[in-house]
Amino acid sequence: MQQPLPRVEIRTSPHIRSAPSVDEIMRHVVYALIPICAYAVYAFGLSTLVLIITVLLACLATERFFNWMADKPSTLRDYSATITGLLLALTLPPGLPLWMGAVAGFIAIALGKVLFGGLGCNVFNPALVGRAFIQAAFPVAMTTWTPPFLAARFAEFVPSSLALPFMEPAPLGPWAQSAVVDAWSGATPLALQKFEQVGTNTMDLVAGMTAGSAGETSGVLILICGAYLALRRMMDWRLPAGMLLGAFLTAGAFYLVDADKYPDPVFTLFSGGLMLGAVFMASDMVASPVTPSGIWLYAGLMGFLTVIIRIFGGVPEGVMYAILLGNAASPLIEAVTQPRIYGARKPRRKP
Amino acid sequence: MKVFRFRGGVHPESHKTPSATKAIEDLPLPERLYVPLQQHIGAPAKPEVAIGQRVYKGQLLAHSQGMISAPVHAPSSGTIVDIGEFTAPHPSGLWVRTITLETDGKNRCGKNRWHESAKPTDPFKMAQQEVAARIGAAGIVGMGGATFPAAVKLALGKERRIHTLIINGGECEPYLTCDDRLMRERAHQAVDGIRIMLHVLQADQALIAIEDNKPAAIASMRAARRRHANLHVVVVPSRYPMGSEKQMIQSVTGIEVPAGQRSADIGVIVHNVGTVYAVHRAIRLGRPLLSRVVTVGGGAVREPKNLEVPLGTLVEDLLEFCGGYSEPPARLLMGGPMMGQVLPHSRVPIVKGSNGVIALSTAEIRSRPAMPCIRCGRCVAACPCGLMPVEMAPRIRNGDLDSAMEYGLGDCISCGSCSYVCPSNIPLVQYFNYGKGMLADRREAQRKTEATRRLAQERRNRLEREARARAKAAAQRKAEKATDEAREKNSPEVSV
Repeated sequence: MQQPLPRVEIRTSPHIRSAPSVDEIMRHVVYALIPICAYAVYAFGLSTLVLIITVLLACLATERFFNWMADKPSTLRDYSATITGLLLALTLPPGLPLWMGAVAGFIAIALGKVLFGGLGCNVFNPALVGRAFIQAAFPVAMTTWTPPFLAARFAEFVPSSLALPFMEPAPLGPWAQSAVVDAWSGATPLALQKFEQVGTNTMDLVAGMTAGSAGETSGVLILICGAYLALRRMMDWRLPAGMLLGAFLTAGAFYLVDADKYPDPVFTLFSGGLMLGAVFMASDMVASPVTPSGIWLYAGLMGFLTVIIRIFGGVPEGVMYAILLGNAASPLIEAVTQPRIYGARKPRRKP
Repeated sequence: MKVFRFRGGVHPESHKTPSATKAIEDLPLPERLYVPLQQHIGAPAKPEVAIGQRVYKGQLLAHSQGMISAPVHAPSSGTIVDIGEFTAPHPSGLWVRTITLETDGKNRCGKNRWHESAKPTDPFKMAQQEVAARIGAAGIVGMGGATFPAAVKLALGKERRIHTLIINGGECEPYLTCDDRLMRERAHQAVDGIRIMLHVLQADQALIAIEDNKPAAIASMRAARRRHANLHVVVVPSRYPMGSEKQMIQSVTGIEVPAGQRSADIGVIVHNVGTVYAVHRAIRLGRPLLSRVVTVGGGAVREPKNLEVPLGTLVEDLLEFCGGYSEPPARLLMGGPMMGQVLPHSRVPIVKGSNGVIALSTAEIRSRPAMPCIRCGRCVAACPCGLMPVEMAPRIRNGDLDSAMEYGLGDCISCGSCSYVCPSNIPLVQYFNYGKGMLADRREAQRKTEATRRLAQERRNRLEREARARAKAAAQRKAEKATDEAREKNSPEVSV
């Protein structure tokens, strides 16, 4: 009996898929970043708005440029470059010259992502690569802070923002002194604590009334946005939880040893970039281990390193380097925490 | 009873309600049945009938050949019209040797009701081996979809002591409800089948494992086992792949089957609930495996149902009986959506392992193009075998099979949990099946090379042996000749 040759359509099982897809995950991360950007603009004004837009456009343009160079279709629609741009902008000082922001955006995508092979291949968090680069290139501008909630923040730019490309901005001191009623120390709560042993009101820290990078000041808002992602199962909650726990325990141990010299653990959690870093950068899936036990180890290590760098390092903030070091340790952690195969007596050993 | 947890797993939406509420119905006898000779793992059966021959219902159409094989019987009475090629229920759409039977609609049985060799008797008065032989002769295979000949599995009990028989009523695949309905409606028959199997295996106890999303089946099986103290119902959580043999053993006993061993090595044998029901029918009624319960479901089917279907019925007949498609199906499957196979079209026969015919709608399959892996690790968390799909897939793609083996490719059960959760929609199971296929090819090639080398070596040895023998013979002849000549010289000449 002759049968006509059927049209073969090969599809392997499974034939159903669970939510969410990569672009859904990325899109939701962007949604979660929007309130934080909005608060940054609200606290620091016009300069921050333009800085965020500049960095974002630099990232998107760089990504598109390399797509064009490689003769590949645009990858902008996976939202990954958008996330890098927004995150990078949120880690920069609000009054950073815009041209430096653009350089950071270019470096983040070009060196942090495209160089390694694009989405899914980057070893380090691209946004932090961009930030580390300009931290080394422009140390002064990267540690020049502006006071939040200035009266004229929506009417005028911070003077340093509009510095011409390849020009150092003029020092901000005189402008800041004239703009604020009280004396302006020009330091973040972390620097105040580290160099001058001056504490900051915890409520101010939690709510985000202090100076700092554009998007890192409001701990509670970051937590809410992170909780949204975790509840929608768009983010592995263990990564931020592990990093915060690691930092809390390490800081707690130091605090128990000498409460006068070392900051208390709650201050540690809500000061500087720890909250932003833990919720949005440590949770970057690409650079973190894939093994369940490795995730805890990795996250805890980053929290531990943050506190160690803050206490013993030359700079007041250690989140960026802690995460980059964690990224670098990730393949090693993954290799030693591989799950045990069903039926095998011992966990496998990497050759 | 204590239940243990297996690693990983996923929770797909069950989609069982549409068909779970429907009692098993008999499908009207189709005009033609297409009975493939290979409906099981192992060697295909060998035809015993000729074209034009009239056959009774239950008559042997093809007998098993080889150690691992199963016979095939006539699902109904009628005339053999063809023994040839017909599309197999396989994605390739390739042909398989098939006996085509034109039914006469009378369902007539032979003189002895079914086939002569299988008269109903009391199994508990029979020797275990004889019962096992009858189960084999009835053509019973693993009805959960694995289609391993049941008698071969029962014979494992002869070599090793089996303490526990696990009855797999997990049915963890979404949409499928045939086992659920079987346990609800035919619990007593299933329990009888379990007791027969216990007798064959001489096992101490049987554990009937049912997922907790089937309360009616649990209640019905509990009621049916009440008078038998060595039968227990174990309620296991609904988690895919609960119905996988290794995961089920771990859930019920807490023991992992050690790497490289079979479940029988730790004294456990697992059989599907559909298989024990078939055993009951074969031994108590003398009826070989002629039909099975099939779930017809999926979002593209107008009226999902559970049907008792004669083997060899075309899938299109089942779909027609269920009101046809409510919308054009995006994919037609045999088996469940997690491990089932795509059918090339609906003109393929139902075979012994077909537990479901599922027509999925476009919305249900959520087909998306594959994206780059973002190393989210969801596949590692979901793998019930403790493997790292994220590391295995790229190695297989690069042809590095040895490295993939180090990551445990050989332990993959192709359950599809990893692909199910992958946000990048990467066809991981496809990579693993391909990798396993390549490994099998490589083993086969190695086996062939070794066989060739062995044969060549043997030939060399033989030639050497022969040469030596020839040389020896030649030397002997020479010696003999020399002595003869010497004798001739020495002997006095006889003149005539």
